[in-house]
Amino acid sequence: MYKITEKKVLNKDIDFMTIDAPLVAKNAKPGHFIILRVDEDGERIPLTIADIKGDQVDIIYQKMGYSTQLLGTKEKGDTISDFVGPLGQAAHIKDKKHVVGVAGGVGAAPILPQLRAYKEQGTKVTLILGARNKDYLILKDTFESLCDKVIYTTDDGSYGEKGLVTAPLEDILKTDDTIDHVIAIGPVIMMKFVAKMATAHKRSVDVSLNPIMIDGTGMCGNCRVEIGGKTYFACIDGPDFPGEAVDYDGLMKRQNYYKDKEHECYMRLDNHGS
Amino acid sequence: MAAKRPRTQMSEQDAHKRVTNFLEVALGYTLEEAKLEATRCIDCKNPRCVTECPVGVDIPRFIKQLEAEDLDGAFDTIYNDNILPAICGRVCPQESQCEGACILGIKGEPVSIGALERFIGDHGMNNNLADITVPEEKPQRVAVVGSGPAGLANAASLRKKGYKVTVFEALHAYGGVLNYGIPDFRLPKDIVKKEIENLKEMGVKFVKNAIIGKSITIEQLKEDGYEAIFIGSGAGLPSGLGIPGENYNGVYFANEFLTRVNLMRSRNFPQAATPVKLGDTVAVVGGGNVAMDAARTAKRIGAKRVIVIYRRDEASLPARLDEIHHAKQEGIEFNLLHNPVEIYGKDYEVTAVKCEKMKLGEPDSSGRRRPLPTGEFETFDINAIIISIGQKPNPIIKQNTMDLDTHDWGGIKVDETLKTSLEGVYAGGDAVTGAATVILAMGAGKDAAKHMHDFLQTNR
Ligand SMILES: Cc1cc2nc3c(=O)[nH]c(=O)nc-3n(C[C@H](O)[C@H](O)[C@H](O)COP(=O)(O)OP(=O)(O)OC[C@H]3O[C@@H](n4cnc5c(N)ncnc54)[C@H](O)[C@@H]3O)c2cc1C
Ligand SMILES: Cc1cc2nc3c(=O)[nH]c(=O)nc-3n(C[C@H](O)[C@H](O)[C@H](O)COP(=O)(O)OP(=O)(O)OC[C@H]3O[C@@H](n4cnc5c(N)ncnc54)[C@H](O)[C@@H]3O)c2cc1C
Ligand code: SF4
Ligand code: SF4
Ligand code: FES
Repeated sequence: MYKITEKKVLNKDIDFMTIDAPLVAKNAKPGHFIILRVDEDGERIPLTIADIKGDQVDIIYQKMGYSTQLLGTKEKGDTISDFVGPLGQAAHIKDKKHVVGVAGGVGAAPILPQLRAYKEQGTKVTLILGARNKDYLILKDTFESLCDKVIYTTDDGSYGEKGLVTAPLEDILKTDDTIDHVIAIGPVIMMKFVAKMATAHKRSVDVSLNPIMIDGTGMCGNCRVEIGGKTYFACIDGPDFPGEAVDYDGLMKRQNYYKDKEHECYMRLDNHGS
Repeated sequence: MAAKRPRTQMSEQDAHKRVTNFLEVALGYTLEEAKLEATRCIDCKNPRCVTECPVGVDIPRFIKQLEAEDLDGAFDTIYNDNILPAICGRVCPQESQCEGACILGIKGEPVSIGALERFIGDHGMNNNLADITVPEEKPQRVAVVGSGPAGLANAASLRKKGYKVTVFEALHAYGGVLNYGIPDFRLPKDIVKKEIENLKEMGVKFVKNAIIGKSITIEQLKEDGYEAIFIGSGAGLPSGLGIPGENYNGVYFANEFLTRVNLMRSRNFPQAATPVKLGDTVAVVGGGNVAMDAARTAKRIGAKRVIVIYRRDEASLPARLDEIHHAKQEGIEFNLLHNPVEIYGKDYEVTAVKCEKMKLGEPDSSGRRRPLPTGEFETFDINAIIISIGQKPNPIIKQNTMDLDTHDWGGIKVDETLKTSLEGVYAGGDAVTGAATVILAMGAGKDAAKHMHDFLQTNR
C-alpha cells in the first residue's frame, strides 16, 4: 500500500497528489513516469512524475475516465494499492540555446520537470501554456518563476490569447531565431500540429507519447507507437520521441479503442458514489 | 501384464461446458486411478524417464511409493528434485521429456508420469507437506530478481541454506508467467499462490512493484548489502510479425491479451476495471503453448470462432499434445501451413488477415521441415488477431547494468556455474535461454543456488 501524503485540487478536473514511494523516488529523473493501481480491482494507469522530494513523488492528473476519477476520490492519508517506477527513458536534455515548451491542459505537469532541467543547464526557456479557460491553466506561478517567458492561450479567451497554442508558436518561430528546439506535451492532436509547425519552421521537436499501457516494462506491447514506419514500445523506448514522423492518427485511434467499455466502468463509479 | 494396459484416463470437464468457464479442464486422478496407473510402471533398472527429466526426478521411486500408498513418501521423493510438482505435473511438456523417454512408449503408451506427479503434488499441497523449516539463519543477504519459476526455485534453495532472501518483482503480483501467462483452466492460480505462501512462511521476503534496473539498480542492490544476486527476469518482450497492419486496433500480442485476462482479470470486467475486446472471429498466430492458451482463452471470453494460423504442419506444433487435443475438442480451428503476410483494417481497426499458403521443404536447423511459400493466398475475415510467435528477454536490466554481457538476441550470458559477467551476479531461466519451459527455469534457479552458495561460502 502506498500512502497519499498530500492532495490539492487544482481545478475542477485536475488534482495534485504526493505519494510516499521511496522505491520510485530513489532513481527518478525528468521524463520518467509511474504506473499506479488505485485498488485491488484497478487498472494500471501511467502518470508522469511531476517532482520528487526525498521519498515523496508528486503526480498531477486529469480526471478523464474511470481510474483517474476513482483516484480523485482518495484523500490525504488514504492509500492506493500499487505505485511503481520510475518507468521509461529519462528525458534526453539536449544541448540547446533556447527551448520553447508547448503544453496543453494537464500536459503542463509532465513538461515541468523537463523545462526545469533545461533551465538548470542554462538554456533559455519559453513556455506556451494552453487550456480550455482560465480555471484550467495550472502551475502558473511555478512556470512564471521558472521560465524566461510564459505565453497563455485559452479556448474562450478568458485569459491570455484566445485560441490555440499553435498561433503564438507560429509567431515566435517566425520572429525569434534563437529558438532551436520545441517540446510539446498535451493532447495528441495538439502535439501533431505543434510538431508539424516546428518542422515547417525547421526546428527540432520532441513530443511525449501517451498510448494505453499495462505493465510499463516492455512485456505486453499495448503501448506500441509507429514512428517513421517503425514500431516502438512507448514504455521502454519512450515516452519522449522526436515528433517529426510519429503516426499521431494511429495513436489517437489506439487511445480510443476501449472508449465504449469505459462507459460500463463509469456506471460502477456512480454506484461507488451513491 | 499391467504395462500393456492403456493409460488410465484422467477425467475432464466436458468441452461444451468448459468453454464457458475458467475452471480447470483436467480434473486429476482419484487415488484408485493413480494407483492403477502406477502399477503400469515396470520400475526400470536404468530408467530412461529420469534421464530425460530436466531435474532428474526419481520417477520409478515415487511411482512405487504411490503404488504402496505411501503418498507422503512419494511427495518427499519428488520434492527433493522439484519444489513445484503440482505445477510441473500440469504444465511440463511430458511427451518430449519424461514420458517421451518411458520404455513403455516404444510399443504402447508411456506411463502418465505427469498426471501422477500432479496427483502427488496436490496431495502434498493439500496436506502442507512441503518442508518449510529453515536451518540456522546465516547473516548473508541474497537478492532474487523476478518471481517466476526460476526466481522462486532459487529463493527456496537459498533460503533452505539459511540465507536471508528477498525476491523483487516488477509487477503487482508474484509468479511470473505462471501468474500472468498460463490461464487458470490449465493452472489454477490458487496453486501458484499457495507455493508463494510456502516461501513466505519459510521466511523469504517478497517486494512487489520493484523493477530492478529502474527502481533499484543491480549496483545499488550490492551497495545495499546483497552479497549475491540472481536474475530470473524471464523472456517477457513479445516479438511481432513485422507485417503491414500490425498496429491496428484489435491486433494483440498474446502477452497483452493474456495479461489483460489473467493478471488484470478483465474477464470480470467491469468489476475489474481493465477491459478486453475481441469480437466474434479471432485469429491466433502461432502453434506453441502461448498460442493454444490465447486461442482457448479467446473462446472462453466469448469469441464464436477462433482460428489458429500456423506456418508449419501439425506434427511441428510446439505446444503440449494435451493442449492441442483440448483446443480441438473446444472447437478451435487449425489452419496449418498458413503464414500471415498482411493485416487489413478499416478506420484503424482490423478486418481481415491475408495468409500465404505454405508447403513443406527440407528439414531446417530445428529438425522440422522448413515451410516454403507457394504464391497462393487466403484471406480470413476477423475481428481481432492475437500474435503468439515468441518472446525475447526483457531489455530493462541490460540497459541499466553496465558490464552485464548479453547475446545479440538479448539473452544474459552465463558461464557453466550460471554466473554472469558480474561478480556475485547469477542468472537463469528464460532470461538466459530465451522462452523455454517452467521446469528448465526452475532447474536453473536451483542450479544457480548451489553455485551462489559456494560463492557465498568462499566469499566469507
Ligand atoms: C507515459 C504517460 C504519462 C502520462 N502522464 C500523465 C499525467 O502526468 N497526467 C495525466 O493527467 N495524464 C497522464 N497520462 C494519461 C493518463 O494515463 C490517462 O489519462 C489515464 O490512463 C486515463 O485513465 P482513465 O481510466 O481515467 O480514463 P479512460 O477512461 O481510460 O480514458 C479517458 C479517455 O482518455 C483517453 N485515454 C485513454 N488512455 C489514455 C492515455 N494513456 N493517455 C491519454 N489519453 C488516454 C481515451 O480517449 C479515453 O476515452 C499519461 C500517459 C502516459 C502513457
Ligand atoms: C502463455 C504461456 C504459456 C506457457 N505454457 C507453458 C507450459 O505449458 N509448460 C511449460 O513448461 N512452459 C510454458 N510456458 C513457458 C514458461 O512459462 C516459461 O518458460 C517460464 O515461466 C520461465 O520462467 P522464468 O522464471 O525464467 O521467467 P518468468 O516466468 O517470465 O518470470 C520472470 C518474472 O520476472 C519479472 N521481472 C522481469 N524483469 C524484472 C525486473 N527488471 N525487476 C523485477 N522483476 C522483473 C517478471 O515480471 C516476471 O514476473 C508458457 C509461457 C507462456 C507465456
Ligand atoms: S518434472 Fe516434468 S519432466 Fe520431470 S518428471 Fe515431472 S513432469 Fe516429468
Ligand atoms: S521408463 Fe517408464 S516404465 Fe521405466 S521407470 Fe520410467 S516410467 Fe517406469
Ligand atoms: S505498457 Fe506493456 S509493453 Fe509497454
